[in-house]
Amino acid sequence: MKALIDHLKCTVCGVCEDVCPVSAIKVGETSAEVSDDCTLCGMCVDTCEFGAISLPEAGTGPAADLASYSGVWVYAEWRDGTVHKVSHELLSAGRKLADKRGVTLAAVLLGSNLGEDLSSELIAYGADEVYVVDRPELARFSDEAYANSVVHLVREKKPEILLAGATSMGRSFVPRVAAMLETGLTADCTELDISDEELLLQTRPAFGGNVMATIICPNKRPQMATVRPKVMKPEKKDGHQGRIIATALPEECFKSRIEVLEVIAERDQTAKLTEADVIISGGRGLRKAEHFALIEDVAQLFGGAVGSSRGAVEEGWIAPSHQVGQTGRTVAPTLYMAVGIAGAIQHVVGMQGSQVIVAVNKDPNAPIFDVATYGVVADLFEFIPAFSRRIRTERGEA
Amino acid sequence: MPMHIVVCIKQVPDAKNVRIDPNTNTLVRQGVESIINPFDLFAVEAALKIKDSDGSTRVTVITMGPPQAAEALRETISRGVDDAVLLSDRAFAGADTWATSTTLAAAVRKLGDVDLVICGKQAVDGDTAQVGPELATLLDIPYATFVKKIEALDGKHLKVIRQTDEGVEVWKVPSPALLTVIKEVGEPRLPSLRHKMRAKKAEVPVWGVEALGLDPEKVGLSGSYTQVVRVFSPPRRGNRVMLEGAVEEQVEQLFRYLKEAKVPGL
Repeated sequence: MKALIDHLKCTVCGVCEDVCPVSAIKVGETSAEVSDDCTLCGMCVDTCEFGAISLPEAGTGPAADLASYSGVWVYAEWRDGTVHKVSHELLSAGRKLADKRGVTLAAVLLGSNLGEDLSSELIAYGADEVYVVDRPELARFSDEAYANSVVHLVREKKPEILLAGATSMGRSFVPRVAAMLETGLTADCTELDISDEELLLQTRPAFGGNVMATIICPNKRPQMATVRPKVMKPEKKDGHQGRIIATALPEECFKSRIEVLEVIAERDQTAKLTEADVIISGGRGLRKAEHFALIEDVAQLFGGAVGSSRGAVEEGWIAPSHQVGQTGRTVAPTLYMAVGIAGAIQHVVGMQGSQVIVAVNKDPNAPIFDVATYGVVADLFEFIPAFSRRIRTERGEA
Repeated sequence: MPMHIVVCIKQVPDAKNVRIDPNTNTLVRQGVESIINPFDLFAVEAALKIKDSDGSTRVTVITMGPPQAAEALRETISRGVDDAVLLSDRAFAGADTWATSTTLAAAVRKLGDVDLVICGKQAVDGDTAQVGPELATLLDIPYATFVKKIEALDGKHLKVIRQTDEGVEVWKVPSPALLTVIKEVGEPRLPSLRHKMRAKKAEVPVWGVEALGLDPEKVGLSGSYTQVVRVFSPPRRGNRVMLEGAVEEQVEQLFRYLKEAKVPGL
């Protein structure tokens, strides 16, 4: 199979030939032609202004009893006795989807010794129902016990949509849920909506954020997505009422073939990287390991985390766990400050989702300025201490 | 019993070549340079490290892709991998993570006695991180994601350290199992002359739907549950503001802008 060209609509403009990532399109004299190299990635479809390109329809098996599935579910993540921020965000996004569909919004809460506070918090963020599975076996996360439990609940209650945070936990066990249920799963969505056909429209970045793709799951249920943290806006629904439903599951749900030997929390900056509202990152421009103290100082002033480029990690100035970018972490804080970082694409793909990007670099031609909201061409060794002083002055600490 | 490790890799477009043309606002790829997904090179390295400590270990690399993906397989042989198999068939095109996992699972089953499957954490083109866990589920073996360290515990178990958003976890994983690995498992070794020679001569079998005993309707686009309905350029950032003047002036401007933007902690 390959992309289909409507020869009558094709104007041989050549745009599709340029965008094809596998060079499968050649523009002939009267029409573009697609070779067998086509991987059906769909890049060309949207770039054709003449609507001449389409993809063959996905065959997705018998459209089973789709109508028997109803409701929007959110897998509620929590830790240290509080609901994870991403679950607030998901409930708020899920509330809108449920209202649009005219169905209920439920949260699924798994763990041990959960107490009612967590459930009440989920209701306060819009859940109509909270399914609680409270078992000692669920005290520590394991993919199998968590996935098996969710799968059992889904088979019983049949929600049409299931959302989870694209956290290290969600991205680990949710694919197992999807595979066990034999349904589609879209990773790391940044936008969700309901289509005219009442399908979940799942929009996500691909190719390191250089393109966006909207994905549907037409013939399987539930429609499943993990959602990137810090993208959806959390909205508390004061006075919202909901039901807490304690749920018993068969013993076999809690079996896990792996054994968790130890869980070591890292309370330092590194673990905070993906959750931080503010990240101050340093690169090769810092020149030595000791100069990371400048970065740490600013990060501390914001209560934020310290990031780094791959260059700084390769120099051995900072641990790999701080690395932002293609082979490091992908982050999307409110403020990302890149200090002495040139801005290679491998770095940019890991941070371009940030709300405000500040670039500080001596070289006015550094590519980091292409993605910056605010660009500062300056010697970082002058600028950063002055910036710290300014914050301290404001606080009367100077 | 010598251990048999299967590593799954993917060829991806080199990120350096993927960008948006600011004039036409469309995706541009200069040339068609492909690289091995960086995380998959860590997976190869993790397997080779196990082979370093026990020479009887056999490492087989598989990939699903077009015929030219054989080059990526040869590259892993030049780094020390024993065997490689290419899963290639027109029917595989357009696969989502489910259809990809279905195909890979058939290949792992066909390979027979596999003790460990290692994948990279995610591929950098799709960034889904789904194929590893889905493949393990289809193979009905346990898995551990985001693994940074692998140690042999006894003949039947591995001790792995996985990195989570909150810290690290130490898991005991029975064999056979699947692991997805991150950078910390080790920098990929370079190809060696000896292995390069071997890579040149190596036979890389190609398995299609028939060899894998798969129904063409269950793979590729036809076997996919998800469907891309629209691909578009991300909304472009608002105009960048360059902060002019002496350092103190730049500091003052930035401070005000960040205050206005209500950056937390300021």
